[in-house]
Amino acid sequence: MEVFDLALIWAFIIGFGIIMYVLMDGFDLGIGILFPFAPAEEDRDTMMNSVAPVWDGNETWLVLGGAGLLAAFPMVYSIILPAMYIGVFLMLAGLIFRGVAFEFRFKARSSRYLWNWSFAGGSTIATFAQGAVVGAYIQGFNTVDGVYVGGALDWLTPFTVLTGLGTLAGYALLGSTWLILKTEGRLQDWAYSITTPLLITVLVVFGIISVWTPFVDPMVWDRWFSNLGIIWILPALTLLCAFQIWRSVRNRFEGMPFVATMGLFITTYLGLIVSRWPYVVPPNYTLWDAASAPEAQLFLLLGLLFVIPIILVYTAWTYWVFRGKVRAGEGYH
Amino acid sequence: MELDPLILSRIQFAFVVSFHAIFPVFSIGLASFIALLEGLGYKTKNPVWITLSAFWTKVFAVVFGMGVVSGIVMSFQFGTNWSNFAQASANFLGPILSYEVLTAFFLEAAFLGVLLFGRDRVPPGAHLFSAIMVAIGTLISTFWILSANSWMQTPAGTEFRDGAFHILSWGEAIFNPSFKFRLMHMVLASFLTGSFVVAGVSAWYLLKGREVEANKKALSMCLWLLLFIAPAQAVVGDFHGLNTLEHQPMKVAAMEGHWETSTNVPLLLFAIPDQENQTNHFEIGIPSLASLILTHDFDGEILGLNEVPVEEQPPVAIVFWSFRIMVGLGMLMILFAITGLVLRKGGRLYKARWYLQGLRAMSVAPFLAVLTGWFVTETGRAPWLVYGMMTQAESVTPSLTGGMALFTLIGYILVYASIFTAGLYYLMRVLYVGLEGDGGHTEDEADRPARPLSAAHVQFEYDSEENSANPAKTANEGGQQ
Repeated sequence: MEVFDLALIWAFIIGFGIIMYVLMDGFDLGIGILFPFAPAEEDRDTMMNSVAPVWDGNETWLVLGGAGLLAAFPMVYSIILPAMYIGVFLMLAGLIFRGVAFEFRFKARSSRYLWNWSFAGGSTIATFAQGAVVGAYIQGFNTVDGVYVGGALDWLTPFTVLTGLGTLAGYALLGSTWLILKTEGRLQDWAYSITTPLLITVLVVFGIISVWTPFVDPMVWDRWFSNLGIIWILPALTLLCAFQIWRSVRNRFEGMPFVATMGLFITTYLGLIVSRWPYVVPPNYTLWDAASAPEAQLFLLLGLLFVIPIILVYTAWTYWVFRGKVRAGEGYH
Repeated sequence: MELDPLILSRIQFAFVVSFHAIFPVFSIGLASFIALLEGLGYKTKNPVWITLSAFWTKVFAVVFGMGVVSGIVMSFQFGTNWSNFAQASANFLGPILSYEVLTAFFLEAAFLGVLLFGRDRVPPGAHLFSAIMVAIGTLISTFWILSANSWMQTPAGTEFRDGAFHILSWGEAIFNPSFKFRLMHMVLASFLTGSFVVAGVSAWYLLKGREVEANKKALSMCLWLLLFIAPAQAVVGDFHGLNTLEHQPMKVAAMEGHWETSTNVPLLLFAIPDQENQTNHFEIGIPSLASLILTHDFDGEILGLNEVPVEEQPPVAIVFWSFRIMVGLGMLMILFAITGLVLRKGGRLYKARWYLQGLRAMSVAPFLAVLTGWFVTETGRAPWLVYGMMTQAESVTPSLTGGMALFTLIGYILVYASIFTAGLYYLMRVLYVGLEGDGGHTEDEADRPARPLSAAHVQFEYDSEENSANPAKTANEGGQQ
């Protein structure tokens, strides 16, 4: 077993699972964030129909992230979840209200506005909580002997509020570029019109976070301003993606804004990983400290390598089945 | 008063699990039923199957959605409230739960989208395939989750070292000694639930005289299924009981309300267990029958609860009474299945209003039986979380305060109460609208005039229109293939 560094392989897999989740559930959470601002109720139907067949599969990546973390890095799981106790509750409550809204909203008549709020509010709270987890991770956790010893609201700081707001803007951007891809007419025009302001918001918030982060932890400062010059390619690529979004919106391309936004997320995410590598529970524990027993990591790895390609194939198939523009009257409801 | 995070976490987990359990137990059975209907529709080209499938798929969508959102909560609760347990058991539970996500959840979620929204977008064969994949996904999920739970009841293939469970044999751990009985018991319970709900709803429609042809078919199918499943469940339950006696004798002692180790143990029909004084009041029992059932010998010896100190005994009254409710409901189910056969032979199945009314009432019975069954098995292992190896007290999150646990407990109760109320309301609305609200053809639904729900003659007209419209459509689709 010495040939493979299982913990390292698992770090890549969990990293892959998290970015899959962010990109996929990100756009459908973004739809929820943008929901209250839609031009008309009919457009809300279209927005919801654009994600209704796939959101459940998207959210499954979150469950995989949770279960995979338990399997491969139980220490991360058993420190971060208690540390984020209240935040996790808020996220779950948000996901519940948002998830049931998909079914209930189309069956409601006079109470439909309630499910609009349930969908929008749930998506917003869940997204904010996820952004706050990212911020809390950058901040680090108060641990003794591998056990969280801090208080219930230690995670809630001005910094995590900012990362929460940044994630809100980011998911909204994924949502608006998804709408450009999937809709036409008035709704698409609206999506075009909000994309550039959202992009500017994202860049401003990300900019503040990037400047602030090195001050939150000196190690991050060290990482970026030591001899590892190559990592500066990541912020450069981020800006390139941002430019591409702006340009493709101006030219009214339909697919490129969404692709470039995903690129923006991937490069930012890599930048975040670079800042903290190899710490998975900052500031004390590396991915090797947090790993589960090798037999557990290996047992799951074998199945995973076999099953993930199959999942990607049939997931791609469902996206292909529901390809093309959506309209308000579609769906089985 | 000091708030105890352990008690509050136990209440919270019990609440979330109980709330969650009622949805999958229904959706597992319903998914297989829908796949069966789709298969019949595909093979026979009789549109009535697709009408039924489209209707029950709507019900499925609501139930499945509520199951998913409440299930996500559970996967995070191991970490939030039971982080010591999560850390210790991660080497086993982590891979098992991950395999559940990989082999079941993705399958269900991806193909559910096609099942719900794809009827007009994919060929009929692909739609049938999706229905089958969803059904298989639910069963695979049952496999993994029952393996995880059974391992906590009868841990095997593992040793506890350096504060964590380590796997010695995956085969022994996954297929641990009580696994096959639990799995069969649960799958049968799901089929019972699906059958009784569909039977109950169909009976209600028949009482109202709505969509008679389709609902007779659905009811008849369910009653044939029940005739086999309900008695089979009793047999599996008996084997499961013997297995529990072997591995968790204190649980069985609590189920039987049996305090002192002895032979010729009576089967108690009624008693009021008094844990404080380690005895029962007002016992009514059948002599020696518990010995006979559990050991297949009148003189069989059964261990009593006082083999272990009081603090290691499960809460006897909960286990004792939950068990009686479960078994009683199971007997009632068998009775209903057999009555159905008798009425069928006499040709009175669809006319006996009292029986149809009874079936209507019986649609809640499987849910109660499943919940009480889980109460027996889960509270029966107290104070252990991993039987004989790790207690509940050792498992709870160290940093958790009573206030935090109380806050989220109240939070979950409020969240679940509101979505459960809404879910039931919309489910009832789906049932009231009934089969004619959809008919399996969604694309022209918007063009149809609104119909009064209870005007029977309108539906007849509609049925004939439906039947004449449908063969043309299926033939057309067949031609395209």
